[in-house]
Amino acid sequence: MRAVENALDITIPDNARIIRNLITGIQYVQDHVIHFYHLHALDWVDIVSALKADPKKTSSLAQAISDWHNSSTDYFSEVQKKLKTFVESGQLGPFANAYWGHPAYKLPPEANLMAVAHYLEALDWQKDVIKIHAILGSKNPHAQTYLVGGMAVPIDPNSESALNTISIAHMLTLAKKAKEFVEKVYIPDLLAVASFYKEWAQYGEGVGNYLAYGEFPNDNISNTDNLWLPRGVIKNKDLSKVHPVDHEKIMEYVTHSWYEYKEGDSVPKHPWDGETNYKYTGPKPPYEHLNTDGKYSWLKAPRYDDMPMEVGPLARMLVAYASGHKRIQEVINLVLKKLNVGPEALFSTLGRTAARGVETLVTAEMLTVWIEQLIENIKRGDFRVHDGSKWDPSTWPKEAQGYGFHEAPRGALGHWVRIKDRKIANYQCVVPSTWNGSPRDAKGQRGPYESALVGTPVKDPNQPIEILRTIHSFDPCMACAVHVLDAEGKPVTKIRIV
Amino acid sequence: MGHRENDHIDIVGRLLKRGVSRRDFMKFCTAMAATLALPAGFATKIAEALEKARKPSLVWLEFQDCAGDTESFLRANKPTVAEIVLDVLSVDYHETIMAPAGKQAEKSRDDVVKHQKGKYIAVVEGSIPTKDGGIYCCIGGRSALDIVREVCGNALATIAVGACAWDGGWPAADPNPTGAVGVKDAVRGITLINLPGCPMNVENLTATIVHYLTFGTFPATDSHGRPLFAYGERIHDHCERRAHFDAGQFVRQWGDEGHRKGWCLYEMGCKGPETYKNCPVIRWNEGTNWPVGSGHGCIGCAAPRFWDTMTPFYKRLPKVPGFGIESTADKIGAGLAAVTAAGIAVHGIARAVKGKPKEKETTE
Ligand code: SF4
Repeated sequence: MRAVENALDITIPDNARIIRNLITGIQYVQDHVIHFYHLHALDWVDIVSALKADPKKTSSLAQAISDWHNSSTDYFSEVQKKLKTFVESGQLGPFANAYWGHPAYKLPPEANLMAVAHYLEALDWQKDVIKIHAILGSKNPHAQTYLVGGMAVPIDPNSESALNTISIAHMLTLAKKAKEFVEKVYIPDLLAVASFYKEWAQYGEGVGNYLAYGEFPNDNISNTDNLWLPRGVIKNKDLSKVHPVDHEKIMEYVTHSWYEYKEGDSVPKHPWDGETNYKYTGPKPPYEHLNTDGKYSWLKAPRYDDMPMEVGPLARMLVAYASGHKRIQEVINLVLKKLNVGPEALFSTLGRTAARGVETLVTAEMLTVWIEQLIENIKRGDFRVHDGSKWDPSTWPKEAQGYGFHEAPRGALGHWVRIKDRKIANYQCVVPSTWNGSPRDAKGQRGPYESALVGTPVKDPNQPIEILRTIHSFDPCMACAVHVLDAEGKPVTKIRIV
Repeated sequence: MGHRENDHIDIVGRLLKRGVSRRDFMKFCTAMAATLALPAGFATKIAEALEKARKPSLVWLEFQDCAGDTESFLRANKPTVAEIVLDVLSVDYHETIMAPAGKQAEKSRDDVVKHQKGKYIAVVEGSIPTKDGGIYCCIGGRSALDIVREVCGNALATIAVGACAWDGGWPAADPNPTGAVGVKDAVRGITLINLPGCPMNVENLTATIVHYLTFGTFPATDSHGRPLFAYGERIHDHCERRAHFDAGQFVRQWGDEGHRKGWCLYEMGCKGPETYKNCPVIRWNEGTNWPVGSGHGCIGCAAPRFWDTMTPFYKRLPKVPGFGIESTADKIGAGLAAVTAAGIAVHGIARAVKGKPKEKETTE
């Protein structure tokens, strides 16, 4: 969308900007909470141990860290009873064959029970708060209201078929609910869990370079200095300097990827000139191992200024922190203080997981701000949601090219488009999990997942929960993660054993 | 405590079949309680539970997918996903939500396939690439084709969720570089329920499962294997904007007066007249909204090969298909629009008379 808008020089109306911010914002909040509780927490929380918890002590623990209403002894007894019935059924479903009882689990039973209770609460919460996405995006998942030039959501306080007072009031209620849970449940849980796992501030560092395109324009997107989450590059963990982003410096290698470039695989290509000629050279399935000396991944290897970059909440928070973003500095400093660690702790598995929490909190705070901006525009009688001046392809130039940047929950996402004779001549996407899950490049430089695993101690090679902690801390895109994990799990295993 | 074995139920079944004594069975249960780190009294409880009827197992496979159907699953509401996971089904394999990974995860899947043969439900999300020996999607070194044949081939029934698992979806869109197909073309001779859509609406999945648990059978389906309760009627026939279609009141530009008033999106490319799905009735996210409700046309995501057949999304359908009544409505619609919108009056009437509404636009 933004790539085409950039190519055709379209400025979307302010209301469309706000609606997009809100859709992305609620996605961050909901997605990050799901990631923490449902995709990552069980690497730290031992469900079975929760059965041994004392509900009374659990209640005291919960009340000591938060004034969330669900915190009575009865409440935790009820949750524990539910869990018992479940375990007694003998069918552990998605929780079977995990690493329960592994010595790497450090939480006391009470903290485990509290986390299990919130695992369940978060499941119910997420399906409610994401309704903001449905109101503005038509449904969730897969919003269907994005248009080149704006949004297909009409605004009219005097119509029952447009964004009106009812839908705005609904969104305000949901935004409040979203923020409350993050403040009173997610953040206290995150801090409580993290305090037992502080050694994870030493592991999982990764490449130490961070790239954020920035997101949430405060006005026109082309004004890249006025994004609520700033744009920038941090190199070698140096927080004293934020480098500007120059998209011309983004190149993709296919040296170790199952593609070939016409001019040879050791020379990287900018996405505008990108080629996607697949060439599988791996073993015929079924296979046990991939040869990591040759090509071994379906992901290309994107590099910025010839360096691998980590993208995602940690990259965004570090860039914001180093750029002097007040609120983010405040929250990060508070988290560091509570955990009694310095900023260097951020470059780690723990830092990555904490940064995601920080981002959720500050984004949840912004939801109402954006809704209020929308209200202000409506007050002024501005109902515009779409710029239709280039809707008809006959108005387009014969040739055009553009790029669009977005910060998806998992990180920097870039699209590059070349348009010729009103048709797409080339389209390349460089997605967050390609940055983070990148294979090696022509110089042999590892991507973030691979680097982050170097030096991670594994107590029991048959139960490598430590590996999961680090890989999950990146929030690998589940659309490809399992595929990535299994394909890349092998080199990972090698690193671990060697 | 070490890592545990969770094919215990099947072990018990097999042991009992092989004539293992009650005493040995209890010994096993005690060992189970110990490996699960459970308090002492749990052995008897496990024994009781093991003798009770099982919850049906569910194996959820993901191939060439975006996890959209999984995300949709998480929005379940009647029952909620927590209820499904804890009380209704035993979700034994689901890559995105399960706790174990790698070999342990594969073990969860293999246990069900081996020991629950013919009794479990398989759900497939994403298409299956068939070209070049299936190399375009391998999980744990096995091709998607290999996995889907094994898992669905041994299941009681398979539910294909989303457009991709149905007929290949967008990975199969022209030129279909990986030879992607849906379950129906990857595994033959199985009981298959298709829930197309991009993504599927979770209410249709939970209803299908609840139907099975309540009545012991799967719901009646059409010739595409799609449940009639969800795909039996046309979007256009239950659309809240239909009165505007009949009255010839169309949105002409995004954000125009008609758009703000909730008029018909036909002219903006709505594919509701050619798409069969219950979106206008159940809507999305517990009834919060749906595409047409929000102001954007239907893109026909539940229709066959929709990336090839329903694009371009913003060009109106050549003519509303169907018999008599629709074409009449279209003509009346065009005529009325001519009356209300002076600027297009002449063309509108001319087209209505010729009965060839706006052919030029559609071929642009
Ligand atoms: S064309 Fe679309 S918007 Fe119009 S009545 Fe039919 S389904 Fe509804």
